[in-house]
Amino acid sequence: MKQITIISGKGGTGKTTLVASFAALAENIVIADCDVDAPDLHLLLHPEIVKREEFKGLKVAAIDKSKCIECGICEAACRFKAISDNARDGDFFTGVTGSGYAVNPTRCEGCGVCVFVCDQDAIILTERVSGYAFISKTKYGTMAHAQLNIAEEASGKLVTVVRNNSQRVAEEEGSDLILIDGSPGIGCPVIASLTGVDLALVVTEPTMSGLHDLARILDVTRHFGIVSVVCINKYDINEANSRKITEFCQERGVMIVRNIPYDPVVTEAMVAAMPVVEFSDCAVSNAIREIWASIQ
Amino acid sequence: MIISIASGKGGTGKTTIAVNLALSLSNVQLLDCDVEEPNSHIFLKPEIENVKSACTLMPEIDNDVCDYCGKCAAACEYNAIVVLPTQVMVFPELCHGCGLCAMVCPRDAISEEPREIGVVRKGRSGDNIELVYGLLHIGEIMAAPLIDHVKEEIDPEKTVIVDAPPGTACPVIAAIEGSDYCILVTEPTPFGLYDLKLIVEVLKVLKIPSGVVINKAGIGDQNVYRYCEEEGIPILLEIPYDKKIAEYYSEGIPFVNAIPAWKDRFAGMIDGIRGEL
Repeated sequence: MKQITIISGKGGTGKTTLVASFAALAENIVIADCDVDAPDLHLLLHPEIVKREEFKGLKVAAIDKSKCIECGICEAACRFKAISDNARDGDFFTGVTGSGYAVNPTRCEGCGVCVFVCDQDAIILTERVSGYAFISKTKYGTMAHAQLNIAEEASGKLVTVVRNNSQRVAEEEGSDLILIDGSPGIGCPVIASLTGVDLALVVTEPTMSGLHDLARILDVTRHFGIVSVVCINKYDINEANSRKITEFCQERGVMIVRNIPYDPVVTEAMVAAMPVVEFSDCAVSNAIREIWASIQ
Repeated sequence: MIISIASGKGGTGKTTIAVNLALSLSNVQLLDCDVEEPNSHIFLKPEIENVKSACTLMPEIDNDVCDYCGKCAAACEYNAIVVLPTQVMVFPELCHGCGLCAMVCPRDAISEEPREIGVVRKGRSGDNIELVYGLLHIGEIMAAPLIDHVKEEIDPEKTVIVDAPPGTACPVIAAIEGSDYCILVTEPTPFGLYDLKLIVEVLKVLKIPSGVVINKAGIGDQNVYRYCEEEGIPILLEIPYDKKIAEYYSEGIPFVNAIPAWKDRFAGMIDGIRGEL
């Protein structure tokens, strides 16, 4: 079984557009949407959820006001600035002054330092549901995906849950390939979506930002020893920049599989909630078919 | 006043708005908090005056003192320490730098050493703009602590613009927390709308007032407009999908420099926000 991740560094270069079309072209695959905080693939693939499980990410501290003597030791010990005195500073979000010490759940990383330093045993760590992982049926194959609750941490951990789900399903179904839609950036969730994959397809665009971000994401894939190939989306909006990107890739020894022209039909397909290769038989669809033929 | 620029979806034009807004105002500080893929400097070409190292703390075990009791590993919520019969292993990529292991060690065998996760660069672009941006080192996973380092540079004497990373998770919160107002940049497409709804929910939690800038107006459909109307979210500005603007972007040229009439629209948008606050 092979795993391919579609990533980009820069956001909005066309990862999900490509993954949806690959899903439509492929046979016997499992699809994994590893963009767990702003997932969009479901808008094109229309998954029917078969299984939904709670995701418990980081714990969160809770202060028992009946035991708290307001000594402030917890606030001083917290490295994440997650505890403060509402009477002094006001509520984290509203600024309204209240009484006593409070935990800001969006800053708390559930480390337990406050629990350890509190002499009054007034603080405990509690579990919180940070999101949901799904296994769904689509007409293109089984899909593992998730939704992180808003303002939560541990997106990398939830990506790992999605990856594990997709691998389990692929083994059960005897699938040859897992197709992974990554998230923008180079940090925690991106690294979690890249570990151990056979190939990364990096989607970029011919802009100075695209080139800058491509260089950084290729540093990441090299750092983790992952074979990478590149595709320039909308290559014809600035052909001089596309040549720059091509030269840059040649110098790095990274192959460019096939470039994709700009066509408003891509947005029309998105509005129609369909993979572009199913929506229209056009130059974009042909390019995507060729890319799929060369990477699978 | 601190104004952050966020979007949920990547590639909708956060950096475009942040940079062009900065160029339309006076006495501005722009903080690029997309430390994974910062792009503002490509457009503003700052002269860098100062580079600071940004560190988190990591446990270091003194093997001469450690008796492998395992209390540090039991206390660590992130499984970042494993204690074997004659060896302690620390996994830097799991460590959050909370310091609990050093606190619980009965033999004081754990010290905390700084580990560089990235750098914060500060410079000037023209007479008007101070740019601060973070650059996460390759292979590092913790963007939020680096964003905190960038935000330590906030100059309250200036109008501060925070360019946030995409998404809705912890790095976004770290970037936009403490803002007086948040400008949400979206494109009028199904992806743009879905991710806009997510970031609107984030702002409800953080209780930050917000308005929407629609970028690439004219593509896609009308559903973003309908949603904003239903939710009572003001549309602050529309930037049409325009080949010329896309071309300037691709070359790394801020479009207000090429089409100066836009400066008044950006400045007017900020006047409106100030009035509302």
